[in-house]
Amino acid sequence: MNTIFKIHGGIHPDEEKQLSNPGTVLDAGLPPSLILPLSQHIGKPSSLCVAPGDYVLGGQLLAEADGMVSVPLHAPTSGTVVAIEPMPVPHPSAMNNLCLELECDGEDRWIEYAGCEDWRVETPDTLISCIRAAGVAGMGGAGFPTAVKLMARDRLPLQTLIINGTECEPYITADDTLMQVDAAGIVEGAQILAHILGVEEILLAVEDNKPAALDAMQKAAKARGGDCNVMTFPTKYPSGGEKQLIEILTGKQVPTGGLPADLGIVCQNPGTAVAARDAVCFGKPLTDRIVTLTGRALARPGNYRARLGTPIEHLLTVAGFDPSQNQRLIHGGPMMGFALESSAVPIIKTTNCILVPTEQELPTPPDAQACIRCGLCAEACPASLLPQQLYWYARAKDQEQLERHHLADCIECGACSWVCPSHIPLVQYYRAAKGMIKESKTEKIRSDRSRDRFEARQERLERETLAREAQRAARRAAAEQKAAAGGADDPVAAAIARAKAKKDSASDESANS
Amino acid sequence: MLTLLQSYPLFAALIALLGLGLGFGAVLGYASVRFRTEGNPLVDQINQLLPQTQCGQCGHPGCKPYATAIAEGGAINKCPPGGQETIDALADLLDVEPQALDAEHGEEKEPNVAYIREDECIGCTKCIQACPVDAILGAAKLMHTVIADECTGCDLCVEPCPVDCIDMLPRKGGIEHWRWDLPEPNENKSSIIATDRAAA
Repeated sequence: MNTIFKIHGGIHPDEEKQLSNPGTVLDAGLPPSLILPLSQHIGKPSSLCVAPGDYVLGGQLLAEADGMVSVPLHAPTSGTVVAIEPMPVPHPSAMNNLCLELECDGEDRWIEYAGCEDWRVETPDTLISCIRAAGVAGMGGAGFPTAVKLMARDRLPLQTLIINGTECEPYITADDTLMQVDAAGIVEGAQILAHILGVEEILLAVEDNKPAALDAMQKAAKARGGDCNVMTFPTKYPSGGEKQLIEILTGKQVPTGGLPADLGIVCQNPGTAVAARDAVCFGKPLTDRIVTLTGRALARPGNYRARLGTPIEHLLTVAGFDPSQNQRLIHGGPMMGFALESSAVPIIKTTNCILVPTEQELPTPPDAQACIRCGLCAEACPASLLPQQLYWYARAKDQEQLERHHLADCIECGACSWVCPSHIPLVQYYRAAKGMIKESKTEKIRSDRSRDRFEARQERLERETLAREAQRAARRAAAEQKAAAGGADDPVAAAIARAKAKKDSASDESANS
Repeated sequence: MLTLLQSYPLFAALIALLGLGLGFGAVLGYASVRFRTEGNPLVDQINQLLPQTQCGQCGHPGCKPYATAIAEGGAINKCPPGGQETIDALADLLDVEPQALDAEHGEEKEPNVAYIREDECIGCTKCIQACPVDAILGAAKLMHTVIADECTGCDLCVEPCPVDCIDMLPRKGGIEHWRWDLPEPNENKSSIIATDRAAA
């Protein structure tokens, strides 16, 4: 048993995990149509390779990866592409983004796909391209293309793969459920990922509030043999943050601005591990996922296997939604999620939870009061930041001080807001401040480029003017030289001489007469 | 000599001071030549703060000339693309009172990008000559197009176009440019004790 380390801060909110009955997967069914956003991941949106009116089979490629940091998108069922237009997507802005609407034909016919027979004999590059072709993006929430993350093996020496089954946020039980129903898949996926990364050590991290999942994972790890080490540690929010988990398991801190790969560590979500296994062993693209539908406004909360693109309103109907009880629809968990404006938005690769609480359950936050400088936020911060200072600087929009206080290390876990006795929405300030800093950095790069281009142009214009003047001067000099060389040759001088001679002779004549 | 100095200590002091003066003068003189700063560093500092749109709305032919004018004591509130933020930053740098934007030079608005309706372009090259950052690509009697990433949204190409085929469209429309707003600081309007609510 490895040693477990402690992290700074953290909180213990009500877990509410039993509400969604972890361990059982229900079927969300096939909705009449699916809405598939082209940007379900971090990076460039996928580029379309079908047109409206096309009939597609399940598993067929709909959009290709556009560039390195991007993933392809596949049809989750058979049907007809009816529209490609901006539609509401799960995003805090409540803005529309380009989506593909697929009208399901209900037959659910699929293309044939096949994977590698034995991944142990394949090269890492082949396996990475399998994972890339299946459109796998991190399913824990951020949605970073998995293939790109695995390419860290080319740059840095790696030792450890961590499968992050912490799932520390209240209410969410999607990973818990997956660990209970498909522990073998997770372990095999982890072994494939470890094979690709060339690492020896696999750590399967499970928080101690999930005994059933822990048990299943331990059994699966034992059954498959190999080097999987199941680790458990006390429940605390946010132990599941990547940097926090690494500190808990290894005692090492990821440096500011660095990546876990700098320490030789790569973290993956259990869902991602299973998706990678499906991609490698079966050649199956990522087209569905387990979503926790929970909250007391639902009659049948639970973990549903839903196809990507299933509209949330369809899921709500399946789960027995009572609109009279509810006033907010939350994408993600109660700590880090965001409210959705419309239930027409679909679930995407990163949707792990849809929370539909009643007003008593998750009351509207009261008005913020003045900061009383109690310091509870600093005690709760898992990144050991000074939330109070950051709050003042965010309000003053003092970017220099925000950066000096390491705003970039904030993981936006919401622990500070949760403990704040004045109900100040601290995380909102940090999110806004991060956006502000990012924007002014991009503006700075833009303006530097414009300045360079403007100055380059001014120099060029000056050079051209000088060149023209030099040309003119050269022409003038040449003409003068010519004139000096032979006066007779110069027609102007000759004409003047002639005129002068004529005038002289005329005046002579008049003098004579 | 020594006896002279001893009998007139005043001379000794004068010679010592003169020597020191000459010594330091020589050092400073050397330093001023050796560590000379090229150009006016204040102009560069001001230029760093200007948005580099190069639009000329301030009445100067570009951001650097305006920076030079500010360094010579010109008004700091003539830059509409920079808006209040730039004025505040300039006021901070120059240690003067921030002013409101001079409405005579235009209003602060969201940044734009020029788009050429390429079917209508006749290839006159007039916009290419007008572009202060060489962001328009094309040749005589051939279609022109704007390199959107390099366009500063200065509007200078719109007026010379003889067929009016240039549109100025907002640069930050999409979801990728969206960012969270700062929460409204509502602690002032909220009540701390019950009687506050009644009064409000």
